[in-house]
Amino acid sequence: MPVARAARHVAIRFGAVALAGALLAACGSSSSGSSSADSADGGKVTLTVDLFGTFGYKEAGLYAEYQKLHPNVTIKESDTENEADYWKALQTRLAGGGGLADVQGVEVGRIASVTQQQADKFEDLSALGAKDLQAQFSQSKWSAATAPDGRVLGLGTDTGPEAICYRSDLFKAAGLPTDRAELAKQWATWDGYLALGKQYAAKAPAKSHWMDSIASLYSVMVGQQKERYYDASGKLIYDSNPAVKTAWNASVKAAQDGLSAKLAQWAPEWNQAFSSGSFATIACPAWMLGYIKGQAADAGKGKWDVAALPGGAGNWGGSYLSIPKGAKHTKEAFDFIKWITAKEQQAKLFTKQGSFPSNLGAIDLVKDVKDPYFSNAPIGTVFGAAAEQAPVQVPGLRDNDVNTQITNALGEVERKGTSSDEAWSHAQKGVKNALG
Amino acid sequence: MTVSVDTPPARTAPPPRPRAERRTRLLRRVSPYVYIAPFFTLFAAFGLFPLIYTAYVSLYRVELQTPDQMEWRGLDNYTALLSDSYFWTALRNTFSIGVLSTVPQLLMALGLAHLLNYKLRGRTFLRVAVLLPYATSVAAATLVFAQLFGRDFGLINWVLGLVGLSPVDWQSGTVASQIAVSTIVTWRWTGYNALIYLAGMQSIPGELYEAAQIDGASRWRQFLHVTLPGLRPTILFTVVVSTIGATQLFGEPLLFEGSISGGISHQYQTLGLYMYEQGWGYFHLGRAAAIAWIMFVLILLLVSVNAAVARRRTRKEAVR
Repeated sequence: MPVARAARHVAIRFGAVALAGALLAACGSSSSGSSSADSADGGKVTLTVDLFGTFGYKEAGLYAEYQKLHPNVTIKESDTENEADYWKALQTRLAGGGGLADVQGVEVGRIASVTQQQADKFEDLSALGAKDLQAQFSQSKWSAATAPDGRVLGLGTDTGPEAICYRSDLFKAAGLPTDRAELAKQWATWDGYLALGKQYAAKAPAKSHWMDSIASLYSVMVGQQKERYYDASGKLIYDSNPAVKTAWNASVKAAQDGLSAKLAQWAPEWNQAFSSGSFATIACPAWMLGYIKGQAADAGKGKWDVAALPGGAGNWGGSYLSIPKGAKHTKEAFDFIKWITAKEQQAKLFTKQGSFPSNLGAIDLVKDVKDPYFSNAPIGTVFGAAAEQAPVQVPGLRDNDVNTQITNALGEVERKGTSSDEAWSHAQKGVKNALG
Repeated sequence: MTVSVDTPPARTAPPPRPRAERRTRLLRRVSPYVYIAPFFTLFAAFGLFPLIYTAYVSLYRVELQTPDQMEWRGLDNYTALLSDSYFWTALRNTFSIGVLSTVPQLLMALGLAHLLNYKLRGRTFLRVAVLLPYATSVAAATLVFAQLFGRDFGLINWVLGLVGLSPVDWQSGTVASQIAVSTIVTWRWTGYNALIYLAGMQSIPGELYEAAQIDGASRWRQFLHVTLPGLRPTILFTVVVSTIGATQLFGEPLLFEGSISGGISHQYQTLGLYMYEQGWGYFHLGRAAAIAWIMFVLILLLVSVNAAVARRRTRKEAVR
């Protein structure tokens, strides 16, 4: 008896230690505990949506509208400005299996990685009822988010048909034409665009340049190509692709002519420059309109305008909404993304924010949209035509990583005066390091 | 709670003696281990296990996106690093930023501590004020400094312009960017080190200064020959801590431009940042683990060199 009691005594002490451990563990898991209680509470659902850049749902009032339609749903959005940072965080969470939102945005440059490598980590939307939606979307947008075995892993939100956004007030000050049709004619080719740039540089206000950075010029130029960094079989071809080289050379030339404000995209200085007038034009995919509105705010209203892209139509970016496995409210999340990618909502988003719809019905609805912020530019026609003519791009596994290495190297050219050949070898080395 | 309910009977009915003694002896032997167990359990879970698991991972090719596919590489991750120019750049940057930040920081801290050691009005206020930068978060400090060092709209370039100097691209230039990053580190840590020096100075007996004064030593000579020798252990401590801090430098270079590459041409990428880029930028976990271990060994090496130097000095001192 006494022995047993003493043993119990020790056991109690051990028990106290174990209890302390358990308490610590309880602290760790309390977050998941409370959120499951959350959903049980009278059918109230808090839907978490994790995005990057400027999707513009909140700004366009779409969350408020959805919550009015579904009083039991509260939407909580989190947003990371730089997509590369967002993707990093998402990958860490997918690997760890925690902290995932119910709805996650996926950029088009990453969608191949999702369908080819991570199909098991996302919900198959066709099982949730997405099958009926296929007819609403263009074939290319739909198939890019479909895994080889037919699972549908994302619903298309916007696409990135390209145009040029320009500051008509600065154009006027430098004696350039400000009419979009006239400009589109003068910069029908990239040579024309760069020639106008030289004219601008000659008479521009102090500290104002023709474009923000050669990185954005480059990105928009390769966006005009069907194949960029990978060919249709998935082979890495950026190195031998003449289209990449052409865009590179044009960008280097622009830097050497002093046409660039030498800003790093997505950096704070770049953001400030939208309102300061450091640059007069920026290559702008439709989603950039929302970004400009966000950065230049009221001060930029009426100063900006939009004209067609030199050298034909192209596409840069665009996104999908996906539901990761491990989302707490799968069904509600699907209802939400189905609603927000439907034509009415996509059309509304374009009208208010500028993100161009991937929903075919919405494209019809927005044909006549004009944007008062951009001097009433007929953005529906400009981007609609671009979307119609843009080549269907081959999505590559690590498109965005390759792009980052190349634009970094271009940054060296414009900011450090590195020679074109040397910078290109840096890009090659960087790509090898990143992908290897 | 169960303890309070269960123990009283044990007291009211004492068991036969020899057994009880054995038991208490056993308890006495075991209970210390139980008391320290929480620390070691936590250390094993969050210190030792990650360390060993990192070593294990560093021998494989593992990608964050496909963690279940591990491919044995042996020491290839390590040998690949030796021929990786980005690794050497990062190592060089870590060293040069380390020197650029640690040396002025410790010198300034020493000077500040010396000043604060005088009888000044509002001394306590000044001492607290000096510590304030240390209490600021890395992110907040770095973001503010990034604005100050802005190329087009930064305050520092504006001041340079007033003096008639042309603006400096604090982000792209190798030297300029490293100075900028070092400035943030220096700003944050100078006060902290100053307070540690101050504590050290106050433990130096006043008689030594009096004696020096009688011998006709000037303030400067007193500083050189009384304060500095008296501070040696403190200085050693700050050097070790700053060296470790400099080797692990991460937050400041990451947030300076928000670039995981440490600028467009890796010009201020430290080892910590290179590890992050490999692991969380490109998802090569195996390679990142190898870098982590190299950093670990490097720090051990640096600290032991420090310790060896210090021991030799003290031995010399003793001989003298």
